[in-house]
Formats: sequence, C-alpha cells, structure tokens
Amino acid sequence: MSSVLPERRPTDWASPAMQSRIAARYRAERNFRRLGAAALVIAASFLAFLLFTIVRDGWSGFLRTEAKVEVTFTPATLGVDPAAVSGPDGKAVLARADYLALMNEAAKGLGPASGTLSDAAWLGLRDQLLADPALLGKRVTLWVPVRSTIDLLAKGKFDLAAPADSRGVSDREVAAWRWLEQQGRLRTGFNSAFLGNADSTEPELAGIGGAALGSLFTLFITIIIAFPLGVLSAVWLEEYAPKGRLADLIELSINNLAAVPSIIFGLLGLAFFLNIAGLPRSSPLVGGITLALMIMPVIVIAARVAIKAVPPSIRDAALGIGASPIQVVFQHVLPLALPGIMTGTIIGIARALGETAPLLLIGMRAFVTDVPQGLTAPATVLPMQVFLWSDDVQRGFVEKTSAAILVLLVILIAMNSLAIHLRNRFERRW
Amino acid sequence: MNQNPAIGHNSVPKMTARNVNVFYGQKQAIKDVSIDVTSEHVTAFIGPSGCGKSTFLRCLNRMNDTVDGARVEGRIELDAQDIYAPAMDVVQLRARVGMVFQKPNPFPKSIYENVAYGPRIHGLARAKADMDNIVESALRRAGLWDEVKDRLGESGTAMSGGQQQRLCIARAIAVDPEVILMDEPCSALDPIATARIEELIDELRGRYAIVIVTHNMQQAARVSQKTAFFHLGTLVEYDDTSAIFTNPKATRTKDYITGRYG
Repeated sequence: MSSVLPERRPTDWASPAMQSRIAARYRAERNFRRLGAAALVIAASFLAFLLFTIVRDGWSGFLRTEAKVEVTFTPATLGVDPAAVSGPDGKAVLARADYLALMNEAAKGLGPASGTLSDAAWLGLRDQLLADPALLGKRVTLWVPVRSTIDLLAKGKFDLAAPADSRGVSDREVAAWRWLEQQGRLRTGFNSAFLGNADSTEPELAGIGGAALGSLFTLFITIIIAFPLGVLSAVWLEEYAPKGRLADLIELSINNLAAVPSIIFGLLGLAFFLNIAGLPRSSPLVGGITLALMIMPVIVIAARVAIKAVPPSIRDAALGIGASPIQVVFQHVLPLALPGIMTGTIIGIARALGETAPLLLIGMRAFVTDVPQGLTAPATVLPMQVFLWSDDVQRGFVEKTSAAILVLLVILIAMNSLAIHLRNRFERRW
Repeated sequence: MNQNPAIGHNSVPKMTARNVNVFYGQKQAIKDVSIDVTSEHVTAFIGPSGCGKSTFLRCLNRMNDTVDGARVEGRIELDAQDIYAPAMDVVQLRARVGMVFQKPNPFPKSIYENVAYGPRIHGLARAKADMDNIVESALRRAGLWDEVKDRLGESGTAMSGGQQQRLCIARAIAVDPEVILMDEPCSALDPIATARIEELIDELRGRYAIVIVTHNMQQAARVSQKTAFFHLGTLVEYDDTSAIFTNPKATRTKDYITGRYG
C-alpha cells in the first residue's frame, strides 16, 4: 500500500517559509489584541461621554438659589386677629392666614427685583411663623427660593452676550438678578426640595421625592409577586416537571416571554388589570403587577440556571440518606442556588426600575404633584419623571432631568453592587 | 441492629432480588438478576464498565427512581418486604439502606451538620446531647473522630478526599442503616486513603450488610466474602469470594479475573 507514497522529508523548522509563517502568526495575534483593546476604549469613551454630560448638566439640579427678604408678620396683612392666635386654636388660625399677601408685601422691599420670588415662597413664611408663633408682629430676615429664571442666571446657565431675543431671558430679569447680586441678597445652597417634593409646574419646586417613593412602592409589589412566582416556577420545572413535549413547550414560551417588548406587557396591564379587573389607574399596585409579569421570565430563567448548576451529587447525597424531595429542594438545592437566583432577581428588578414603556399605558405618566400616600394612590416612577421633565419646555427642567437621571443611576449602581456582593458573599465552592 | 436474631445469621438473606430487569427507556440494562445479600458479609459486585453493577446497586435503595425513564421489573425484598410495593416508604427505605457514592459528596456544611443531617430529618435525636452522641459515635465508627473532634464546625468540603469519603460513610451510618451500599467508594482516592476505607469496611462488616461495587479486583478479593460477577447486564456468577477468585466456574468470570478483558 505504501509503495506509491514518496518518503516523507523531515520538517525544516528553520526554513524561511516557516519563519515567515511564524512571524505572520505573531502579527495576527498582536493585531487581534489591539482590535479588542480598541473596541473596549470606544465603548468606555461612549460611557464616559454619557456620564460626563449627565453630571455636567445635572449637578446644579441639586442646588437652589435663595434670596434674602425682610418680612414683617403684620397681623393685618395676614388677615388674622392677634387675640385669636393666642387662643386655644391659634395654630389653626395661623395655618389659614394669607401668606401670599404677606409675601407680595415683602417682595415690594426688593425694588427692581420684586417679581423674582418663587410662587411658593410663601410656604417658607408659613413654616417660619407656625414654628414660632411669637414672631407675629415682628420683623425677620428670611431666605426664600427665587424663580427658576433667576436661579438659572445665578448658576450662569444663560449666555448673556447673546442678543436679547435669542438668549431666553429678558433684560428686566437680568437687571433684577444684577440688583440682587449687588445687594448681596442671593445665596446658593443644597436643594432639599428636589429630593423631597413631588412634581410641579415650576422647576424650582419640582422634586423627585414623589417619583422615588412611587418607584419604591411599585418595586415592592413587583418583588413580592415576581420572586416567589418565579422561583417556585423554576423549582417545579427543574425538579418535578415531566420531561417531554409539554416541558419543551413551556421552556420555549418562557424564553420567548423574556424577549417580548415591554410595551406589550403594558397593553396587557391596560386591558386586564384596568379594564377587566378594575384596579385603580396610575397606581403602584397595577404598575407593580405589570412589571412583575415582565421580569418573571427573567427570574425563572436565572433560577433554573442556578438550580441546574447545583451538582447532582448533592441531590444524591441527600436522597441517599432519606431526605424527601421537598427536603432536598428546600434544604440543599435552593440554599446552594440562592446566590444565582438573587443575582437574576436583582438584575430583573433593576430592569423594572428603569422601565417606562409599559407604565405609560397604565397611566403612570400622570402629572402627580403629591408624594403618593399608598399602593393605590396615583403615582409616577423615576424613569417616567425623567421622561416627563425631558419633554417640558421650561428651561429649568433641563438640569432637573439630568439630576433625576443621576439619582436613577446611583440607585441602579447600588442595586447592581448589591447583586455582586450577594453573589460573592453566599457563593459556595466545592 | 436487627430485632430478629435469626436475620443476622449468615444463611438468612437480608435482601433478596428475584428476576430483576431494569430498562432505561427501550434499552435493557439488567437482565433477569437474582441474588441474596446477607448480613455481616461484604458482597462485592465486579465486572467491566457498563455491565450494570452500579445500576443494580441503585435498585437496592430505589435511587433509580430519580432517573427519568428508568423502569424496574421483578422483586426486591428487604427483610422479606417488597421494596417496590406501593406501601413501601422510599424515605424510610433509604434510611434503612444507606448509600456511599463514587465521588465523596459531603454537603457544603460543617462536619457536625453533615453527620447530624440524617438523624435530624428522621427525628432520631430529641435533645442536643443525643445528637452530639450520635454524631460522635458515627464519626468514631467511621474512624474519623480523632482527626476532626477539634474542628467539627469546619466545612466538610475543606477536608482531604479520603476524609470526605469517611465523612460520607459516617453520614450514612449516623441514621443507623441495616444495609450500606457503596458505589466504587475508593475510585477517586489515593492508595493510602483507599487502604483506610478498606479497613473501615472490614470493621463495619460485623454490624451491617455491606454491598460494594468495585472496578478493582484486588479490592474485591481483600474486603469481600461474597462476590458477584456481572457481564452485559447479567449476573454470570455469584459465590464465595475465595471460590470466585481461585476456582471460577464460568469461563467469562475466569477470563475477567485473569485480565483477559475488562
């Protein structure tokens, strides 16, 4: 058989052809490494650009400009009777007083800048007097928030060199701001209202407190529904489901469900929870159930992978000394699968936290000016607040939008860090 | 221990199998096997890979129930009780017929918890002191007590392979079984750890019926009193170990133990 085959010559590893092949291999290796590094640099610079613009536009959203005003708590202006104030329900009388008139009175003292105080500045006056009723009739100096335009001027957000008709701020406002600055009546401080308040038509009063609480309520509902349902489904599918066509069909459906565009879940929520079940519109309850449906497939898939990863030898060991199937699941498989299940769940919840589309359809884009009082009260959520503000024509909302994105990002990063921490903390090796 | 003194006697079988057939789907893994396992004896199952010896072993405590598509026909009895009867409680059966696996598989828990787990789920100890006694005696019988008595709180998975396997034996005997099934218990261990396990099997023989599956014919010769030779799913020969190794009746047995194939 080998008679027709020529004798094989020994390989010459030092030949020029061989050497050039080796050099080419090294070159390909180097180029590939550079290509990978370049891809990473491009991706990282996109991310850096995104973060940079958001931080640049957003950090001033956490600050607020206030003006110093002198206020005399004149009972006549307030429309209260000093005798009634010292009476038994003096607080109630004071709470009903006409602070708006008092504020307008005080604003006159600002001369050319009399129109610069925020519409809600009177709230500060009321709080001051309610905290100390003895101030009635006395003259005090107070810091109250200014209108958004003055706030933005103080933060240097306008290009004052531009022509008056294109710079977005009138000469009168600029003059008023200059006057306040010269008088030393302006200061910029931390904007606690931004973190505590709900939405408002005035940028200087708008806050993300309402949306944050709405997100919290919504996610609470999402977790208590999606986690047990998802984990129990995964346990049943992995441990009890008979293998066959039905199991394959269920598996296929779950994988498809995880890839369904989220707005479809919004349509389902609208059609079923609002129209058929009659649950309250715009509420965290309906939002939470809708998002739970959306992230449940994610949890089922993550939990199944985690359960599959538990070595069969552990199951054998437990069964071999007479553990019942339920004991095997709850005392061995689930504890070992928990880090993986937690990671999947937190990633699902982080997705739910950033979701807007399905909530649009169930009415959570409502303009809600109160911090939600419960699970059935109208509410909005953080990403929805970003969406609403980004849509607003007022210039003051630009920085609020970026500031809200920053809050959302901080929460997302915190949740993902928690997921990583839990995974590392509880992961067991064997 | 046995309530009936007669059961401990060599002639009375602890477990009997009659005309056992096992199928995985369409494929028949065990063909018409009948065998008796007696107390105070070590019975070795030998045979080439894929001969069905492990499959048959897993029938004796119904571990094949967890395998999809596995079907067992015929009759297997423990103390004259059909273990595949509907009235048989599998949980109780597996407590009475313990198992040690090929790869040491301690739970990722403390050494103490590994041993205490079985007694706890079967409610064998009421007080903490009772449990401590059970754990200590099981670890002593498994020859592990002196090595681990000062570190019972450490993870069972942090020990060496041989210690892990003895921990698994301690875990099995902590529930006070009557039969212990061992599926190639030394195949993942070095020779020193193997020798230690073999000694242990010899010590345990007085108290339990032991069935051991092994690839290693020297091991079968050293530790067992009875040997069953499986080939292609059938039981070729079952006799005293000395008879199998010195004077096998079947040609196939003879070829296998002399290294002609396997």
